[in-house]
Amino acid sequence: MARTLGTQAIPPTPRNEANDPTSLVARFGADQPLHLDCGVALSPLTIAYQTYGALNADKSNAVLICHALTGDQHVANVNPVTGKNGWWETMIGPGKPIDTDRFFVICSNVLASCLGTTGPASLLVDGGAPYALDFPVVTVRDMVRAQAMLVDHLGIDTLFCVAGGSMGGMQVLQWAASYPERVFCAMPIATAAKHSAQNIAFHEVGRQAIMADPDWRGGRYLAEGVRPEKGLAVARMAAHITYLSEPALHRKFGRKLQDRAAPTFSFDADFEIESYLRYQGRSFVERFDANSYLYLTRAMDYFDLAADYDGKLAGAFRGARTRFCVVSFTSDWLFPTSDSRAVVHALNASGASVSFVEIETDKGHDAFLLDVPELFATTKGFIDSAARARGLVEAARG
Amino acid sequence: MADAQFSTSAAATRIDLMLVAGMVEPGSRVLDVGCGDGALMRMLQDGRNVDARGIELSQAGVNQCVAHGLSVIQGDADADLADYPDNSFDYVILSQTIQATRRPKVVLDHMLRIGRRAIVSFPNFGHWKIRTRLAFGGRMPVTENLPVSWHETPNIHFCTIRDFIDLCDEVGAHIEKGVALDAGGRQVRLTMPWWVWNLFGEQAVLVLSRER
Repeated sequence: MARTLGTQAIPPTPRNEANDPTSLVARFGADQPLHLDCGVALSPLTIAYQTYGALNADKSNAVLICHALTGDQHVANVNPVTGKNGWWETMIGPGKPIDTDRFFVICSNVLASCLGTTGPASLLVDGGAPYALDFPVVTVRDMVRAQAMLVDHLGIDTLFCVAGGSMGGMQVLQWAASYPERVFCAMPIATAAKHSAQNIAFHEVGRQAIMADPDWRGGRYLAEGVRPEKGLAVARMAAHITYLSEPALHRKFGRKLQDRAAPTFSFDADFEIESYLRYQGRSFVERFDANSYLYLTRAMDYFDLAADYDGKLAGAFRGARTRFCVVSFTSDWLFPTSDSRAVVHALNASGASVSFVEIETDKGHDAFLLDVPELFATTKGFIDSAARARGLVEAARG
Repeated sequence: MADAQFSTSAAATRIDLMLVAGMVEPGSRVLDVGCGDGALMRMLQDGRNVDARGIELSQAGVNQCVAHGLSVIQGDADADLADYPDNSFDYVILSQTIQATRRPKVVLDHMLRIGRRAIVSFPNFGHWKIRTRLAFGGRMPVTENLPVSWHETPNIHFCTIRDFIDLCDEVGAHIEKGVALDAGGRQVRLTMPWWVWNLFGEQAVLVLSRER
């Protein structure tokens, strides 16, 4: 019954990148397993990553960027899958707030993702089948452990900065809690110290959409030569709504019709917003693995930093010497400002140095990825002052 | 809490900041509530080696502070002081802002809980010019120091120095030090009785601590 993927067949793109990434890779063998929260020692482990800029002699100018749920390591270069610019080129590059003329920027694909770091689409053994659901369930803390292995591998002791938004921000908070002495400054953006019930609910809708697709095949779709494209697209459509805001949807789409003068009295994509969401769903399945989506959403659901410290978030940051800059956006209802404030209160309670700004914008959760000048002004000010405190010289400008 | 530049005039704010800064012991931990663009924090950090933290409502103010490397969070005195732990600062400073808070008494309580000392400065509504304008002009006074008319002012809880001292008694605050400034920014002598302060002081700066 099961169709096997012929050796001549061209595997779908995510499969390709999952096992043969267009990236630098660090490989950890059986002697260096990754000990996961679920109790499994994961080995072998591959971490796919990109770097930008140069590491200084003191190794004191490294910046680790943590990507979000469906992000990847291609933070500031053309993405090999989509052909689009890196996902945070507004923030990272020469002369940008995270200046690659000054800092050595590292971004690795997170554990359980599908762009080259070990995940459910990785082959268990060369020439064998992918892990699929045999891949262990991972946590945000596991992702951070893997990143710490990479940072060790690169010979870096202390990171100048760890920064990221959304799930990336969760990793930033976890870094500060797990390795406080290794993080000089931290920028958790549009994030939370725990995933809310509402957010778990949205994730569950996405997972159920994937698992309801007959082509999901109990997770073994890659081995059977199919992909649950419809389910994954629906998951993405539902999630995409949560990344926007009602005012932004109204501004961009309103009730405008798509290439027609009147409703068609059918279930075509009459409205522009429908057409837009369908496009978002379609383009997502071309670049992302459905099982990775299950695992990563699960990791976010499980994230509750305070739970590791008797329910007291301040305990996670006790004695922290890291400087924090917390950023939220007024129209972000996925990770609302109240989530960021909870982090700020905990940091204040533990006496940490913290700055916090809530940026006024109607762009919703996605604002952290977009051209929001106030975000750049805040982060640049924070990074520059932290760099002065760290004794890092400014980049020479010709 | 409103932008400092709107609740009182810029010149009044400047004199006030220098006076407040002089009351802070070097090397202490300070929370500046309503820190504006961070002028006082910078003064304290650079001049007195103080570990200063700030709270500011306006995004522009917070951005300016963060760009200067100051640890400032966006928030306000009414909403955010409740979340600070007891005794976490040596001083909690509220400069020219208490009259713009919704619940001044609660704010003062929190300041005395969070800090070993609270430094509060405010415009004195009992100053003779204000009394004269209200008495003889029959209108809410608009002065150089309080330049905004009644319907636009963020100052919703005006008080006189005497009123504020009553509040200190009510919340069990001990006045360690008090200075009033006259219209020219000169200090009204400490030896003067309260009624002189209340009549000739345009602004007051008080250092408070909890009564033991």
